[in-house]
Amino acid sequence: MLAGGHLLTVLIFFPAVGALALLLLRGDDHKYIRYLALAVSLAEFILSLFLLLKVPVNATGYQLEEFAKWINQPPINYHLGVDGISLFLVILTTFLTPISVLASWKSIEHRVKEFFIMLLMLEVGVVGVFLSLDLFLFFLFWEVMLIPMALLIGIWGHERRVYAAVKFILYTMAGSIFMLVGIIWLYNATGTFDLPTVQQMLAKGVLQLAPRTEMLLFLAFFVAFAIKVPLFPLHTWLPDAHVEAPTAGSVMLAGVLLKMGTYGMIRFCLPLFPEASHVAAPWVAALAIIGIIYGALVAMVQPNLKKLVAYSSVSHLGFVVLGIFAFHNISMQGAVYQMLAHGISTGALFLLVGMLYDRRHTFEISEYGGLATPMPKLAAFFLFVALSSLGLPILNGFVGEYLILLGTYQRHWQWATWAALGVILSACYLLWSYQRVFFGEIIKEKNRTLPDVSAREKWILATMAVVTLWMGIGSVFITRRTATAAQNVIDQVEPQRPYEAAAPGATAPRSAAAISSTSTASAVERLGAR
Amino acid sequence: MNSAIPSIADYYRVLPELIWCGFGVLAMLLQPIARIRHVFSSLAIIGALAGTGASWLAFQRAGLGFFGLIQCDAFSFFFHLLVGTVAFLVVLAAGPYLDREQLPAAEFYALLLFATVGMGVLASAQELLTAFIGLEMSSISSYILAGYRRDSLKSSESAMKYFLLGSFATAFFLYGIALVYGSTGTTMLDKMGNADQASALLKLGLAMILIGLGFKVAAAPFQIWTPDVYEGAPTPVTALFSAGPKAAAFALLLRIFATVPAATHFWFWAFWTLAVLTMFAGNLGALAQTNIKRLLAYSSIAHAGYILVAFAAVTSMAQGGRAEAAAAYAAVLFYLLSYALVKLGAFTIVSQLGGTGEKNLSLDDYAGLSQRQPVVAAMLSIYLLSLLGLPVTAGFFGKFYIFKAAVNSHLLWLAVLMGINSVIGAYYYLRVIVVMYMREPSTEAAAAVPVSFPLPVNVVLAVTAIGTILFGVLPNTVINFILQPTLFGR
Repeated sequence: MLAGGHLLTVLIFFPAVGALALLLLRGDDHKYIRYLALAVSLAEFILSLFLLLKVPVNATGYQLEEFAKWINQPPINYHLGVDGISLFLVILTTFLTPISVLASWKSIEHRVKEFFIMLLMLEVGVVGVFLSLDLFLFFLFWEVMLIPMALLIGIWGHERRVYAAVKFILYTMAGSIFMLVGIIWLYNATGTFDLPTVQQMLAKGVLQLAPRTEMLLFLAFFVAFAIKVPLFPLHTWLPDAHVEAPTAGSVMLAGVLLKMGTYGMIRFCLPLFPEASHVAAPWVAALAIIGIIYGALVAMVQPNLKKLVAYSSVSHLGFVVLGIFAFHNISMQGAVYQMLAHGISTGALFLLVGMLYDRRHTFEISEYGGLATPMPKLAAFFLFVALSSLGLPILNGFVGEYLILLGTYQRHWQWATWAALGVILSACYLLWSYQRVFFGEIIKEKNRTLPDVSAREKWILATMAVVTLWMGIGSVFITRRTATAAQNVIDQVEPQRPYEAAAPGATAPRSAAAISSTSTASAVERLGAR
Repeated sequence: MNSAIPSIADYYRVLPELIWCGFGVLAMLLQPIARIRHVFSSLAIIGALAGTGASWLAFQRAGLGFFGLIQCDAFSFFFHLLVGTVAFLVVLAAGPYLDREQLPAAEFYALLLFATVGMGVLASAQELLTAFIGLEMSSISSYILAGYRRDSLKSSESAMKYFLLGSFATAFFLYGIALVYGSTGTTMLDKMGNADQASALLKLGLAMILIGLGFKVAAAPFQIWTPDVYEGAPTPVTALFSAGPKAAAFALLLRIFATVPAATHFWFWAFWTLAVLTMFAGNLGALAQTNIKRLLAYSSIAHAGYILVAFAAVTSMAQGGRAEAAAAYAAVLFYLLSYALVKLGAFTIVSQLGGTGEKNLSLDDYAGLSQRQPVVAAMLSIYLLSLLGLPVTAGFFGKFYIFKAAVNSHLLWLAVLMGINSVIGAYYYLRVIVVMYMREPSTEAAAAVPVSFPLPVNVVLAVTAIGTILFGVLPNTVINFILQPTLFGR
């Protein structure tokens, strides 16, 4: 088989090899550098698609595991594995990287070589985070990925780039240093950094944490993830980072980096600290709901288009966190789905905003207006993406939000009610900003002659649009594969009520996995019926 | 103790010191005769390497030497290798520097080797007066080296400050020895366990010793001298200060309370407080610096604080069982190694970029360095990231082991405070990287010819950078050795 039994290792380090190859090219050979970066990232994407073939649809537990001893004292292992949740996050990453390469084709003109090297190294770190099953290895990739991202913002960003880069890195480090203490503490309690081993110890009751210890450990991990997500009130780095980052940086940041936080919650916080998760859930949900509404309200009044999209991320990621902490299979799957959908649609929004910036060098909404006349195609794409972001049925955003609200409602109808406000508000800010940018009279003379999308841009946007549509219609393809993994997490966080995930009406006792897939399937069918 | 004549094996046990000393004396003797500078640098290189290699022979004859004055074991072997390598690298880095600044070479290398002898003695001393001799040898050579650029005001100021405060601290150390002797009736560390461990006099003596050594490692509140001395001293000497004497003083501290039970119980809170004060003093001080040497000096203070965290963990654990304490000892050793590599590399770059008369030391001079000298900027970034404690560098594992030791001994608050300090530290290390990579150089700096990096300097950079990455990816190579059970001679 391709890549032998080391597909995951190849997936992580292939971009690094590509970056090394880039390093050997001459710095002023911009054309070759771009083509090589594109080729490497496309090859990586195709490699990642092999995951779909190799991971069985209903498999429980981690697949394609790789294990090698790395450091013997303390015992740190090179342990990789993939399950239904990380599978698609990896594919999302490898999908957005070539898109980012293409988006930077023309807009990055100086230090081109370094730029693409950083982009590929970022991919190494992010894919590594999603595939690590060793706590230490996870932390390592988590930290390593900071540097390329900070440099992407700090070197190729806009006016206040240095401030934004330093703020980004300090926020993340502040969180992760406590995660490191937490990881070491956990190691002291268990004697291992291996995630599956720790999970087994918890399941068998070998490891029992005192409530206070568990809470502290939960917080040590949770704060690091919450900063990354970012959860209100730890979100203040995000607008700065987004506004100052180059387009490709924003796409990667919104598309995959934020997901590392929510992924961490699903992978670590819930399964490892179930009791503490239960205690914290109402508080976390409250913050998530505040984030949903606050993010939407702030987005609504933004005069800066890119900041608007950034705040919409705060709002959308609030949904994800809410879905995770509702401890319901459907909402958990919704959260995973929303992570992917947000990656695509917000990524596309940042691409579009970047294209506007390439033409006019401003993000101010007041500088635009009536753009639909000179650039009808871009306007059409923008509308399509905005609609997917605000959750129009048959597009990707709807599936995630709907599943989250559905699952959350069955546990806590109040949470779902409040969160639903966010859906309405997102329609307000997206459509209103769309109206101000693309409709009406052309106010600025400069805007009259703006060129419409070029062939390259059209291909980028068309790809994004196709994926958006496909995720809206063919969502079962993804939910089938995430169902088991999501149910596993629920089983670990709620061992006492494993069958509650069943949809109302399901009475006969069936296996948890079977229930989860049918209940999701029924939810998705109901979606399709609309 | 039967015969008053030391055996041959005893001489083997001090062979590294003998070789360093011999080559130092030889350099002094040749000074009036030899006219070519390269003679001295080659001499010093050979001497440093030979002495370092000889520590292997010494290690083969592990055991107490000279009637218990020195202890030759894996622990002292490790430190001999460390200070020997430091000396070797400093010699390499100093060659081009001395040429550029037109300073006499012979005395410099001789003093450097004498200082190394002192550090070697400190690392293997098993008796307090022997330790004192080692301390004095390394200190006095250091004072002179600090003032080696005689016609520079700053260098003289540096030497004066170092000398006055240093001799004050040495006096504390000596007074401490006297009190300890008065209380226990011996200066042999391994015999002190027999005396009354609760004696107030013993505690007072140990406190005095701690103050004396605290000065040497730049622990707050005895750290005031550090920035000025580091700034004024010739940069290769600064590299030596930050790596060598500090490691040797920490070695002695470890040795004392690995063998004296009273110290174990009594020093815990002292270390706890010193660690917190030192970390904050270093990191907060560094935030405001615009001179790269001062910035690195404050960072040295901060890192002494991190090491003291491990000391607090060691003392805390030593009260329990020995087994876990070994891991904490190992944390200290690994940290010292990783830290020495990084600081040597960083100061060597600073020394080279400083230009004649060390005038380009401000952060602004580093603006846009990544465009002018991409390799140098990348190297310096590796060192800074290691100081910051980012994965894939030795500094990360250093910090990780200390964190682990602290959490292991339930010093959670200390671990959290260290975490906060790491974040503060991240800010100023990143600032240098930001300046190098994200700021445009001034027009004159951009027009200037890139500073050349001669071969010896490149060797230093290669060794330190490769070491930093190697120990960051495979810390096993060192940790396995450090964890050998023979380490503490018991």
